[in-house]
Amino acid sequence: MADLRIKIGPLEFRNPVILASGTCGYGSELEDFINLSELGGIIVKGTTMEHREGNPYPRMAETASGMLNAVGLQNKGIDYFEKNIYPHLAEYNTHVIVNVNGNTVEDYVNLSARINRLGAIAAIELNISCPNVKKGGMIFGTNPASAREVISAVRRVYDKTLIVKLSPNVTDITEFARISEEEGAEAVSLVNTLLGMAVDVRTMRPKLSTITGGLSGPAIKPVALRMVWQVARAVKIPVIGLGGIMNAEDALEFIIAGATAVQVGTASFINPRAGVEIVKGIEKYLGEKELDSVCRITGIINRI
Amino acid sequence: MKKRIEDLTVIENRKLKEGFFVIKVYSSEGLPEIKPGQFVQALVLESPSTFLRRPLSVHDLDPEENTLSLLVQIAGPGTEKLSRITPGEKLNLIYPLGNSFTLPVRGERVLLAGGGCGMAPLLYLGRKITESGVQPHFAFGFRNRSRILNHDEFSALGPVYLATEDGSQGYRGFVTDIPEFRNQQWDRVYCCGPEQMMKAVAAICRQREIFCEVSLENLMACGLGICLCCVVPTTSGNLCSCTEGPVFNINHLKWQTSG
Repeated sequence: MADLRIKIGPLEFRNPVILASGTCGYGSELEDFINLSELGGIIVKGTTMEHREGNPYPRMAETASGMLNAVGLQNKGIDYFEKNIYPHLAEYNTHVIVNVNGNTVEDYVNLSARINRLGAIAAIELNISCPNVKKGGMIFGTNPASAREVISAVRRVYDKTLIVKLSPNVTDITEFARISEEEGAEAVSLVNTLLGMAVDVRTMRPKLSTITGGLSGPAIKPVALRMVWQVARAVKIPVIGLGGIMNAEDALEFIIAGATAVQVGTASFINPRAGVEIVKGIEKYLGEKELDSVCRITGIINRI
Repeated sequence: MKKRIEDLTVIENRKLKEGFFVIKVYSSEGLPEIKPGQFVQALVLESPSTFLRRPLSVHDLDPEENTLSLLVQIAGPGTEKLSRITPGEKLNLIYPLGNSFTLPVRGERVLLAGGGCGMAPLLYLGRKITESGVQPHFAFGFRNRSRILNHDEFSALGPVYLATEDGSQGYRGFVTDIPEFRNQQWDRVYCCGPEQMMKAVAAICRQREIFCEVSLENLMACGLGICLCCVVPTTSGNLCSCTEGPVFNINHLKWQTSG
């Protein structure tokens, strides 16, 4: 049996498959279908200091090989999370990571400091790439100076594993990966959704209440894969690849291109077992190739 | 009830009217308990522009046969592909999903109001209401005579009052114009149909202080409460219609009070 373990900073993961934020709720929603302990980890939904209702309906539009969403970080805020959700998460036998959001640097810092105290949260994923909020989010992730400021400030208050989630809506994503590395992040995850839109020709109106939204699904996979390959060559810290991964072959493409781990997102909407099936598929592939560890193929595209 | 993913076998695909089909599927695992108002997420294969599953109400169910029926209205390429499924083929479903209608108690007078594809959950609801010893009454609205769907299956369960917009059959007008709805005393009204129709029914029920539940058909990606796309504004904030609904009491919905 091949060794599927990987490391992100000081954290060892059982395998390289992690469920992406905003696509697995708080994990419990998927427990009828999968055993969460079969995954490397889960990244629970985007959390903010305050309760947020998110954007008005409609928030979703199906597109060719994918979908647009404009949820807008609906969540009940950190107080509710800590009191009502965290106790359940603490019982999971998998790494639980919280996706951290804010309007200001201060919000990101305060929230990260709060989560730093929660022993069962293995890491945070600093979301500087949400395209669906008016303040914060992608504004930080598309401006190098702002990105540096927020990562550096969070690093000062957060002792554990810090992952920075990068936006693909930039000219050169490697610049943001380098900034993350320089400011002390243990890893980068990429890509968040691509900014897109869809129009209803019958009503001549946008299909989303917010007009634009984030595109995910297989439609974005080649773009995500190219960016993961570029970033993996530009930085030494681990890269977590995501964007349109539907099956083990997709996941392996990312790993071969340089990703240490992958995240499975939109695929869970169609197949809630996708994450676990991908773990099994990677294991089978390694067996067939007679490889003893998944690490053997990480970024191998650059070596052969 | 635990949710599952299962390949069910298509037993029958019956065309009701142009654009409307009833697909009956068989579960070799044995059906789980399914409540009226619950829905399934159907996987559509070999339809390149269909990325997401399609939510469909449980239209009818036979626990002896282990079959359930889904009413499909062709609304785009996904449902069009689904409408061409043939007996013997597999249909992959995630089910049962969502909450359910609150059943009446003996002695209550109940009306099930709907129109078009919104009739889908009302047949199984009518059957469960009958089983609980209550007589269901049905009020349906259609654009015209040619759009009337499986009338006979409903009339086997109870009286059916019809309205057509052009008056080609039944009363002229909308569901809300049906005299039996307007003039008789009802303890509960259950409604599923186009949003404007549900809002009109809800407005009357609210005014007359009648218990009323509506089943919403919001756009949905996952059906599991993980994407947060199908939200509806309620008195307790934005709620997922896939997990907190699709059935809502009208007093819980914000559109009812503003509409």
